[in-house]
Amino acid sequence: MDSVWPRLEPLLSKVQKPARYIGLEDGAQQPEHGPGKVAWLLLYPDTYEIGLPNQGLQILYEILNERDDAVAERAYAPWTDLEAQLRSHGVPLFSVETHAPAGAFDLLAFNLSAELTYTNLLNCVDLAGVPVRAADRGDDHPLIAAGGHCTYNPEPLADYVDLFVLGDGEEVVSEITAVVRDWKASGRTPGSRHNVLRELSHVPGVYVPSMYIVEYDGEHLASVTPRYPDVPAKVEKRTIADLAEWPYPRQQLVPLTEVVHDRLNVEVFRGCTRGCRFCQAGMITRPVRERPADQVRSMVAQGLRRTGYDEVALTSLSTADFSDIQGVVRDIVSTPVNGQQISVSLPSLRVDAFTVGVAAELNRGRRSGLTFAPEAGTWRMRQVINKLIREEDLYEAVDGAFSQGWRRVKLYFLTGLPTETDEDTLGIAELGRNCVKVGRKHNPNASVTLSVGGFVPKPFTPFQWFGQNTVSELQRKVNLLRDDLRRDKSVQLKWHDPKATLVEGIMSRGDRRVGAVIEDVWRAGGVFQEWSEHFSLDAWLEAMATHGLSPDWYTHRHRTEHEVLPWDHLDAGLHRDFLWQDWKDALAELGLEDCRWTPCYDCGACTGYSIEHIVASAVPPAGGSQGTGQDLAVGGEVPVTLLARKPEPVPS
Amino acid sequence: MRIRFRFTKLGKVRFTSHRDIARIWERSLRRAELPLAQTEGFSPRPKVHFGLALSTGHESLGEYIDVDLREPEAESIDVAALPALLTPLLPIGVDVEAAEVIDRKEPSLQQAVTACTWQIEVPGIEPGALVADVARMLAAPTLEITRERKGQATVDDIRPAIRSVEVVGPTPADRFESGSVLFAELATQPRGLRPAELLIALVPPRQEGRVRRLEQWIELDGARREPLPAATRATPADRLVS
Repeated sequence: MDSVWPRLEPLLSKVQKPARYIGLEDGAQQPEHGPGKVAWLLLYPDTYEIGLPNQGLQILYEILNERDDAVAERAYAPWTDLEAQLRSHGVPLFSVETHAPAGAFDLLAFNLSAELTYTNLLNCVDLAGVPVRAADRGDDHPLIAAGGHCTYNPEPLADYVDLFVLGDGEEVVSEITAVVRDWKASGRTPGSRHNVLRELSHVPGVYVPSMYIVEYDGEHLASVTPRYPDVPAKVEKRTIADLAEWPYPRQQLVPLTEVVHDRLNVEVFRGCTRGCRFCQAGMITRPVRERPADQVRSMVAQGLRRTGYDEVALTSLSTADFSDIQGVVRDIVSTPVNGQQISVSLPSLRVDAFTVGVAAELNRGRRSGLTFAPEAGTWRMRQVINKLIREEDLYEAVDGAFSQGWRRVKLYFLTGLPTETDEDTLGIAELGRNCVKVGRKHNPNASVTLSVGGFVPKPFTPFQWFGQNTVSELQRKVNLLRDDLRRDKSVQLKWHDPKATLVEGIMSRGDRRVGAVIEDVWRAGGVFQEWSEHFSLDAWLEAMATHGLSPDWYTHRHRTEHEVLPWDHLDAGLHRDFLWQDWKDALAELGLEDCRWTPCYDCGACTGYSIEHIVASAVPPAGGSQGTGQDLAVGGEVPVTLLARKPEPVPS
Repeated sequence: MRIRFRFTKLGKVRFTSHRDIARIWERSLRRAELPLAQTEGFSPRPKVHFGLALSTGHESLGEYIDVDLREPEAESIDVAALPALLTPLLPIGVDVEAAEVIDRKEPSLQQAVTACTWQIEVPGIEPGALVADVARMLAAPTLEITRERKGQATVDDIRPAIRSVEVVGPTPADRFESGSVLFAELATQPRGLRPAELLIALVPPRQEGRVRRLEQWIELDGARREPLPAATRATPADRLVS
């Protein structure tokens, strides 16, 4: 492949932070392209700083480059200054490894983690020199693919993306490679693009939207059905059974310039069964699959030695729930690597004193701030969302934090939740004030930051039927909090822009008709919408009006039990009746225990795939009451089935 | 024990910032498992001292970093072997070319270095025309330019900071736009003169193309030397444009 580097190089001296366009990371591959190899370009549709650390893309990058019949390179959305330079000099989007033009790859595969990046996806496809609409692409154009959590409702991008992947990508990328390899070998004859897409629709976990007919009944969606008998009526997500078989990334990329999460990251488990009803990640990634503790230890030690990082994050949706987390953390901090003390971070702390104890152990030096996510201000509200943190748990956690030297505590909340009253909203301020009181016992300058986000209902959660709060209602609630906290200088309030919440809502549960709106906003220059300096609600509302679509209908309306949802032809492993029952339970303020250590609710995630939670400990972690509804202060034993595990692969 | 390293910054890696290079060095020193001396306090950091900042986008044949090591562990280190140990741990384009133990009492690089030699490409002008422009500039008794200092525009006479400027030929054929190459020796104290600032003193003002720092100079009692001579490089032939 040709390199655009000679044309790109003079442009880089004219843009901010040019280091994000040069590659050269430690761990970057130098792939050799060839006719027998399927060339993947893995893209994150946001800046390099945000996209590079994405673990999903890094895992697939290694798996693909290990194959004889594939090569993978990476690309990120160029910032607006470089985009202007690229367009005015006719230089296309490029990979950061060999600076090959994006349009020369066989597949452009995007990670979709946030709705507000959708316009960036269109922009990247356009900068690659590829028609943005799937229907306009020919046999010589790359296939446009997407994976990641947002693909559980792919419909807004259905006219723009050729294929979506649902669920874990570790296995399916190889199956896609095989199909595309055969297509390449056959010479991509005229008209063959349709055939390869049809072939890809047979790969489990792959959804090819052009193979489906969408019918409407007035404004309502009536059905999404396959065009051909060989295309599956329902696309099921992919799930890898055992994380131990996938010790990736083996060579985490170490960037030359600063990025978010700039540290070693080791995924300790996938999936979560806490059952928080607002949390899409917890629902769609079930069941829980823990990595064996010894593999975690060896990935940490090898990773630190190779990268030179002095910090490692143990990542998952709730790392304090990892079996024997204390033991693992103690081993890591007591084993110097590269002659140096290592600091460990847990990006997702549970709200209880036990967790603070673990945090104290692992963060001996730096104690500036600690973050918890109680999510709602009253016990009633927390029962509705099934985040069963008692007030005592929070105060104990905060007491522990301030008594052990932390100076700031940050608390995350959602507002606009189902059944939320003003009392629930104001409960957020009350909790904040009480936490300051607790902190003052240890530190006269104790301060608490409350970060409040507007709730966006997500597909495949019990709240998928809920009509989200309007912009003005969310703003009113934020104002309530702001007024209530006006005199409390020790409680800082931060909030997410309710206008952005509305746009996220439109795309979160939108159908195919929303695609034209995304295209309009992109054509009007609306890129980097998750960056407040670029976001414009008016652009979205204008485009909605142009296409005769109502933001109200898409976001604020409660859906009924039997309404056809735009993702009903997709399967995240969760039974629809389980989700509906959970929605009813939420309205009845009924909490649900964590099924890792209690009987099965038959949500469908395990039974549907004949796999089970893989948990090393039959005992729930000591100290946490959240989720289980039990007093686990001494770690009560609850019977669970522990799967016999295959022998662990020898770490290479 | 304090060790001074001399290294290059060539090719794509020149688009990293001074701060990026500092972080890259810290990680590489840890990977080399050197007994790094650490700062005290809540967030201990290795004690490393960088010289004059190099602008993002500029190349260099002579960058320096001073690293403090713990004693007595450091005494067993083979200092001469360090360049070969560290270069593979650093990005392509960053080659460690020399390492030497220096006296802790030596003034810091920022204080000691008083001038730098630069190779500056000037696109859009032929060497013959540039020779005339340069001669006219150097003949002026004062050269006032407006530049920013701490957010304020100030007018400075930069003539005293210009030690020498010499046009050496045309730019290489593969450049996006053809032009001329000049060598310039510019003072770094009391206030450093940047290559771009030199070019705006030309009439008409010019913009810099590719820029490469060739040498940094410490001047003492009328003699000048580099902070650390390169063991393997920096012969005049290597200074040629590439």
